[in-house]
Amino acid sequence: MTESERHTFIRAENLTYVVEGQAILSAISFAIQSGERVAIFGPSGAGKSTLIRLINRLDEPTSGTVWVEGEDYRQMPPRVLRQRLGMVMQHPNLFPGTVADNLRYGPSARGEALSDQAIRALLEGVDLAGFEDRQVGKLSGGEAQRVNLARTLANKPEALLLDEPTSALDQAAKAEVEETILSVINHQKVTCILVTHDEAQVRRLAERVLRFEEGQIVADGTVLEVLGA
Amino acid sequence: MLSRWIEHQVWLGAAQAGVTMVAALVVVWLTGRLKLGMKKEILISLGRGVVQIVLVGFLLTVIFSADMWIAVPVILVMIAAGSVMTIQRVRDIPNALKISALGITAGAGLVITLMTFLGVIKQDLTSIIPIGSMMVYGAMNTNALMMERFRSELTAHAGQIEAGLALGASPEQVVSPYTRRAVTAALTPNINGLRSLGIVWIPGAMAGMVLTGENPAYAGFYQFVVSGSIFVTAVITVLVSIILLRKQVFSPAEQLLLRAEDGQ
Ligand SMILES: Nc1ncnc2c1ncn2[C@@H]1O[C@H](COP(=O)(O)OP(=O)(O)OP(=O)(O)O)[C@@H](O)[C@H]1O
Ligand SMILES: [Mg+2]
Repeated sequence: MTESERHTFIRAENLTYVVEGQAILSAISFAIQSGERVAIFGPSGAGKSTLIRLINRLDEPTSGTVWVEGEDYRQMPPRVLRQRLGMVMQHPNLFPGTVADNLRYGPSARGEALSDQAIRALLEGVDLAGFEDRQVGKLSGGEAQRVNLARTLANKPEALLLDEPTSALDQAAKAEVEETILSVINHQKVTCILVTHDEAQVRRLAERVLRFEEGQIVADGTVLEVLGA
Repeated sequence: MLSRWIEHQVWLGAAQAGVTMVAALVVVWLTGRLKLGMKKEILISLGRGVVQIVLVGFLLTVIFSADMWIAVPVILVMIAAGSVMTIQRVRDIPNALKISALGITAGAGLVITLMTFLGVIKQDLTSIIPIGSMMVYGAMNTNALMMERFRSELTAHAGQIEAGLALGASPEQVVSPYTRRAVTAALTPNINGLRSLGIVWIPGAMAGMVLTGENPAYAGFYQFVVSGSIFVTAVITVLVSIILLRKQVFSPAEQLLLRAEDGQ
């Protein structure tokens, strides 16, 4: 995507989240261009998960809002928002049943059928060809997380919100999931917001970094600018 | 044996209760010896039990001499008390009391009214009040089971519920496996009760009628009326309650309001 094709896809405006009088996020503002790959990077407890949950509107901001392609997300039906901004959480939380059942969940919630061919293509995309009829309880951690990714992709999201997608995995599974994420974002040119506290992962997956500390953005720039060489 | 010495029925009852109490106290003494550590709890429960039920007995003698419409406030009081007891373990759900009261009122209110006007329940305080109380009691137990189960299913599966929401599913869709489980679990004792009716136990209404010398065959039919009505009441109560309950655990923006137990 050339620079001229890019436009502001997500813009957070003074996003604030207060729990029991304590500000977990304090008036966060930033803009993300379509197709951009941004890492939300920072120590544990900085508010990274909170931010991504707010963007998906799984929690309600105390004040502030998010604009998605110029539209205030409070004016959008939450289900539409969540389909457009596909979230992948740290734990796969797959639904009991087969891998294919899981992939069909999002589309069928909207009354759409996901064809067998589409399922096959999604599974190939996450390097799990032939896994359609596997029971999810019998998958390895890395496989489960890739099914989780495919399940979100089945919704055809315009952006991916990934919250520490590899932090619950061992080294081998982590590498395999990371590779899958990279191939997906390279192929689909989807806008991507990745939460992580793994600096090496930021360098491998992102082009821009928002560094978080104590609920605030303390640095925003390219990977080189924020993390150095 | 007691009746040979005591003529007035109430005093006879008191003496019978006294004998029962002595038996219970012997058992309490035994639990103390066995160091079961529940002596105090049992004593309190025994004390409460005897005082409450005897007071109610006296109260009923007064109520039964009043106009039939007194049944309405009496049953409403039962519903209120039942609603309070229902929610003891689900206080963290917003509006639990209101929901439980609405559910029990819908179930018990509808069934009692209908059965009374159709004449299935005798239009007589001595029928309406005890049978009404059985329905309220059944609705209360079923609803308590349902609400507790629903809450524990939600907190245990908060991750999957939020995963479902994040995939664009509606709150109704994401909780449907858990509403189903909660309703099934709550109704199971009731269904088991219907199945074992008469075989494993002779329930209160029939036992009472047989004790007071009614035709046992009629008592059998009538017991089914009571048990069937309790079942219908329970089903209406849990269905109304769960529909209302489901709304409480989500915000208007379709966010899960209950937090996961494991913090995920
Ligand atoms: N609902 C809530 N109630 C109370 N505290 C909360 C709530 N949500 C988040 N917090 C607190 O806010 C802070 C930020 O939490 P958050 O999960 O966003 O951090 P994080 O940057 O994702 O950390 P980690 O890297 O460990 O995942 C933490 O101190 C957390 O305890
Ligand atoms: Mg986090």
